[in-house]
This record gives sequence, structure tokens and C-alpha cells, in this order.
Amino acid sequence: MAQDDYVQFVGVQKTYDGETLVVKNLDLNIRAGEFLTLLGPSGSGKTTTLMMLAGFEVPTHGRIFLDGKPIDHVPPHKRNIGMVFQNYALFPHMTVEENLAFPLNVRKIGKAEIETRIKRALGMVQLSNLGKRRPGQLSGGQQQRVALARALVFEPKLVLMDEPLGALDKQLREQMQLEIKHIHRNLGVTVVYVTHDQSEALTMSDRVAVFNDGVIQQLAKPDDLYERPQNSFVAQFIGENNRLRGKVVAMNGTGCQVEIDGGGRVEALPVKIEGVGAATTLSLRPERVRLNPASGHCSNVFEARVEELIYLGDFTRVRATVCGSSEFIIKVPNAEGAPDLVPGSSISVGWKKEDCRALDAAQ
Amino acid sequence: MTAIAENFGLDIAERDALKRRLRAVERGRRLRALALVLPLFLFILVSFVIPIGELLRNAVFDPSIRANMPQTVTALAAWDGKDLPDEAAFAALAADLAAANKAKTIALIGKRLNYELSGIRSKILVSGRKAAQLTQGPYKEAMIGIDKIWGERETWAVLKRAGATYTSFYVLDALDLGLDADGALTPTPAERAIYVTVFMRTLNISLTVTVATLLLGFPLAYLLATLPTRTSNLLMILVLLPFWTSLLVRTTAWFVLLQDNGTINDMLQALHLTSEPLPLIFSRFGTVVAMTHIQLPFTLLPIYSVMKTISPSYVRAGRSLGAGPFYAFWRIYFPLTVPGIAAGCLLTFILSLGYYITPALVGGPTDQMVSGIIERAMNSENNWGKASALGGILLFATLILYFIYNRLVGIDKIRLG
Ligand SMILES: Nc1ncnc2c1ncn2[C@@H]1O[C@H](COP(=O)(O)OP(=O)(O)O)[C@@H](O)[C@H]1O
Ligand SMILES: [Mg+2]
Repeated sequence: MAQDDYVQFVGVQKTYDGETLVVKNLDLNIRAGEFLTLLGPSGSGKTTTLMMLAGFEVPTHGRIFLDGKPIDHVPPHKRNIGMVFQNYALFPHMTVEENLAFPLNVRKIGKAEIETRIKRALGMVQLSNLGKRRPGQLSGGQQQRVALARALVFEPKLVLMDEPLGALDKQLREQMQLEIKHIHRNLGVTVVYVTHDQSEALTMSDRVAVFNDGVIQQLAKPDDLYERPQNSFVAQFIGENNRLRGKVVAMNGTGCQVEIDGGGRVEALPVKIEGVGAATTLSLRPERVRLNPASGHCSNVFEARVEELIYLGDFTRVRATVCGSSEFIIKVPNAEGAPDLVPGSSISVGWKKEDCRALDAAQ
Repeated sequence: MTAIAENFGLDIAERDALKRRLRAVERGRRLRALALVLPLFLFILVSFVIPIGELLRNAVFDPSIRANMPQTVTALAAWDGKDLPDEAAFAALAADLAAANKAKTIALIGKRLNYELSGIRSKILVSGRKAAQLTQGPYKEAMIGIDKIWGERETWAVLKRAGATYTSFYVLDALDLGLDADGALTPTPAERAIYVTVFMRTLNISLTVTVATLLLGFPLAYLLATLPTRTSNLLMILVLLPFWTSLLVRTTAWFVLLQDNGTINDMLQALHLTSEPLPLIFSRFGTVVAMTHIQLPFTLLPIYSVMKTISPSYVRAGRSLGAGPFYAFWRIYFPLTVPGIAAGCLLTFILSLGYYITPALVGGPTDQMVSGIIERAMNSENNWGKASALGGILLFATLILYFIYNRLVGIDKIRLG
């Protein structure tokens, strides 16, 4: 156990119905001051994990430590964890100020101190003049800020957020992402953030835990997650991804050769394969594919037929047939000297061995 | 300057034109809306507004004396009420009584005057019969000779007041008040004053029942709202079961249960907890228990449906902010249920005010509610004025309570779900 691990999940399991495990053997260490995101599709157990940490669900098995102490028998109100709910859960019968004063009153803090803290918290989320309003009189974005301020006003060391931006429109969401990030940086609190939006996770987090089916698929920094996915679920879930299915035919020190089902033999980086003869899925980011590569530059060069062009401003998305797969995507920047492509034409494409990761064959 | 003024003028003209166009567009829509509510409006008018209006009028409108004693009423118009009326009034009285005796409407006169002067009914009948034989004056001595009540100023005062088309008698009487010979407001003598007590008793029973249903219903509603749907549906059927049984059957069931040699008393005595049967039935206890049973769903359902809409994340948020379970419940959950409590309690209270069958069957014989008295006035005494006055006062009291309630809780806060 590392010194600066603020939260630890040790072998945590959770089942609601006694039949299916919603969380399977979770081991997760969260560092003090870290912004950690639980990312995964709906139903993958993110909220359940968060609720166990907050104390609203009890683990069926395993233990959770907070600041080195087990919290199995600590009720939610004694855990001192701030929480932002997806629907904000602002108390509708109280004004904004009363909402913010609630955690402070419970802690029997003096009147003057409460007032300064409320002022500071409202200032932090830029709502200083709306303290007398009821939640019903605020816009969605404003309610979101109040919920954030309320979760922070009693200065907890740990704040949990369950899809806090899910109800906001895109522009507001992106603005709030930056604000939450700034607040996190300024206050130095530990944040555990839940989302199913991968771009939100990549933008905000120090580390991201990708959940699927109650299991953490990969826990890594955003760039690692994108550049170096450890299995085909992560590669597929994060960002755009070309998949080529095949069978490993040869392996050497740093590479392997894969016979693609649709034809062709590809040099790839072995990441998660079981050895020669095993089925594998190759993962290749669209922006790593080159058009008409200079000879010797790429270890993989193939003939491609252009099927469709989608103009997206800064780049063009090219759908092509490569190695028998007609869903192969190539991103071509709209820079000077970009090649003129027409659907139906044949081109040559190539990519480096290191950019093509041989992962498990699973869906 | 001029440019601004011109602009301004133009704006106003434009705005007026805009308003006219808006009104023209909205007129069609308003007419359509009116057509949709018209049937309901007519139904309410016929089934609610007109009957209640009639009820309120009956409480103060009583032309029976004016219709049956026209000459006396005319003769008394100029009477100052200080002494006995003059000979002309006595002559008119004798003529009216004789005519009424002949037309067989004299019983109506007797009945009406008897409300105010108890025991006068038979004297009027006798006076009528004897007045028919009078052929010449002086009528004053003759009438007083027939019965000395005609020599009392109060009899004439009552007659004069009753002769007006509109009377305050029924309303005042229902409030245990009356007017004396000089027209001054006086309380009804204690031995005949019952209505204020009955009203207070009605309010008291209604309040008790409301509180009892709230105390029983709130925890149950909470349970129903928080249990998994399947279990809560089953429990809900049990709660609603009373709705599907006739009121009379349920009241009779209480009768079986509560009587002196009924199930409960037998059990208590078998367990040697009591040596004699407790007066469970024909008592306030019986009324309150039976009414609470009937009213429970009315209080519970609005509370339940409001609780259903309260997201569990509110209490969770409270807990995460540091509030213990009880504090979170009291400061966060409970205030959110107040609209349901308000609706449920108001419903039960107002319905309880009008209970009639249940107190009549399981209540104490001297513990009747207003509705029981109204029923008796209508069916046994055939006294529509009294029934209407009591009903009107009940309605008025309910409106006042509703108003106070609105001030305290706010009617806009009420929610049925
Ligand atoms: N209170 C509950 N009772 C029973 N099943 C639940 C409950 N909460 C969640 N689940 C189930 O657990 C699984 C994981 O849910 P959840 O943790 O909410 O996932 P996520 O937040 O990743 O979408 C889902 O299949 C969901 O149906
Ligand atoms: Mg969730």
C-alpha cells in the first residue's frame, strides 16, 4: 500500500440480487489529490462503485479504505465525502444559501464562519448574486454550480461526482469541464468522477479507469489509454479505431506477424496475444495511417480502395477497403499538398508496426 | 428629439396593431376552450351551484306566515312593539286564524310558531277553532279570552318577525341564539342550547380522525413508497381494500367487533385484562375508530403519491453532507412531503365533517355529529329552515377553515401527486 493512496478498494465485489456480480473483484487505489475518472458504458457498475465509496451501498465482499482506515462500518454522514449527483439533488425547499449552509449547520460551525464560507463558495462558482434564489429558479448550469459549491463548501478531502454534466448541453458541458478542472487544481481535493463520455474523461482526468461489466479493463493516464490500449474493449471504447481480425502466424522479440482473415499479412506489436496460432484483433488509430508512404518508412503497406469521403473541415475522413475490411477509416489532414482522392480510386496505405497493436480477439 | 418622439409614436401604433392581431388570433382559441368546458360548467351549475344556492336561501327564506296570515302581517306592519297591538290587529288575527282553520292550513302556522314558542302549536289550533265562531268584536278581549298567550307581547313580536319573508330565526337558532320581544340578541337558554356543542363536537371528531389517519398513514405511505414495486403493490391492495367494500358493510363489521359481547371485549375478558365489557361501541371511541378506518386511504394516498415523486438522491445528498438519518429525514424528506400531507389531511377533514351513517350506527346516542342533526331536522321534524341553516353554517365554517389553512399551508402547495 503506497503512502499517498487516499482511497483503496481491496477485492470489492457487489451483487444486488445474489445472482450476478455488478462489481467483480475490484482493486483500485486512488491517490490523494488525484482526479480519477471511472469511465464505462451504462450498466458497467460505475455508480455502484461510487455508492459503495459514499456508503449508500454495502460491498458484498472486500473492503474499502479511506485515508488508510477501513470504512465498512462508517455511516455515510460520517465519511466526510462531498458528492455531486447527476440530477444535482439540490433541496428544493431551501434557497441556494440554505443549501450551502446545510452541511455547515450540521457541523455546528459558527454563524459568521458559515457566511464567509458560503460567500467564498458562491464566488468560486461565480454565483455570488443568486444566493437568495430557490433551485427551481435557476438554469441547469447554475444548479450544477450550486451542487458543486455545496459538495465543496464543507471542505471535504474527497469529492465524488456521478455524471454531473450529463444533463447539460454540449457547450455548457465543455465550459463546466474546464471549471471543475480548475477548481480541482486550486483546491487540491481528490476527485472521483463518473462518466460514460470518453472525451470528458480524457479532458479532465489525471487517470481513467475504464469499466466494463464490473471489471476495470485498464487504469491509465489519458494519453496512455488512447495511445496504448491494453485490450480490444479499451481500444474500441476510447476514440476511433480500425479493427482487423486475424490469426498470429509468427512471433519474434518485439513483433509478430498476423494473417488477416480478409487477406494479407501484417507486422504488429504484440500486446495481448496468447501466442502463435491464437486469434487476435489488431487495433490501429485512423490518424496513424499514411497515404502513399515512402518506401521503407512503414513496415506495412497495402493497396486500398477509396469508398467514401467525408469532409470535416480540418480533416477528411476516408472510408476505404483494406485487407478485406470495408470499414477501414483513414484521417487525412486538410493541409497543403493533401492528395486529391476520389471514391473508387486505388491508393496505397501504410502504417508502422508499433502503431498496430495486436490485442485479444474478444468482441 | 423629434426623431425620438416620432419613433416612439410609431412604436405605440405598431404595438397596438400587434395586440389587435394577437387578440383576433386568440379569440377563436378561447371560444373553442369555452365550448369544451361548457358541458362541465352546466353540470356543476345544475348539480352544485343551484342546490347550494337553494340551501342557503332556505336558511333565511320562510314565507309560511306571510302566506297564511296575510291580514295580520299587514295589520302588524305599523305596530311599534311597545305595547300590545291595537284592536285592528286582533281582528285581523281572528280573521286569519278562522280562514286558516277553514283552509286547513292552520297546522302550518302552528308548526312555524312552535319553533320559536314551544308549546304554542296546540294553542293555535284551539284558537283557530274558537276564532271561527267569533262573529263580532271587540276581538282583543275575545282572543285573550280564548288563550292568554294573545295577551303577551312576545307572542306578537314573534308573529311580526315571522311575518317577514326573510327571517334570521333559523340561522340564529342554529348558533344557539335568539331574539327577545324587543328584538335584542339573546343566547338560547342553556337547557335548549345544543347546536354550538354539536358543531364543536363535529370539529373535534373530524380533527381527531384527521390526526389519527395521519399518524397511521404517514409511516405506511413511507413504507409503500420505499418498498420494491412488487411488495408495495400488494400492500397497496390491502390499503385500498376498504374502498371496494360498501361503507355500510364496513360499519356493520365494526359493530360486530366492538359490541359489548363482540370479539374485542370477549378477548379482553378471556385474557382477564378487563372484568366488564369496555364501552367500545355507542361511544366516541367507536365513531373515531370506524371513521379512521374509512378515511385512512384518503389521507394516505396523496401522501404516498407525493412521496413517490421524491427522488432518493435528496436524502442521500443530505447524508453525504453530514446529516444523520433522522436529521436528514426531518429536514429534507419531511418538508418535501408537506404538500401531500396538506392535501390528504384537508380531504379527510372536510369529508369527516359530513359523516352521518357511521356516527349514527356506532356512535353514542348523545354524541351525534352535525349531519345527524341535519338528517333529523329534514326527515323527522320536516324543518327545512333548520336543516338549511345548519348546512349553511357547516359550509361557512368549512370555508373559514379552508381560508385559515390556505394562510398557514398555502393551497398552491397542495399536491395530489
Ligand atoms: N439498486 C439496485 N438494485 C438492483 N440492481 C441495481 C441497482 N443499482 C444498479 N443495479 C444494476 O447494477 C448494474 C450496474 O449499475 P450501475 O452501477 O448503476 O451502472 P453505471 O453507473 O455504470 O451505469 C446494472 O445492471 C443495474 O441494473
Ligand atoms: Mg450510473
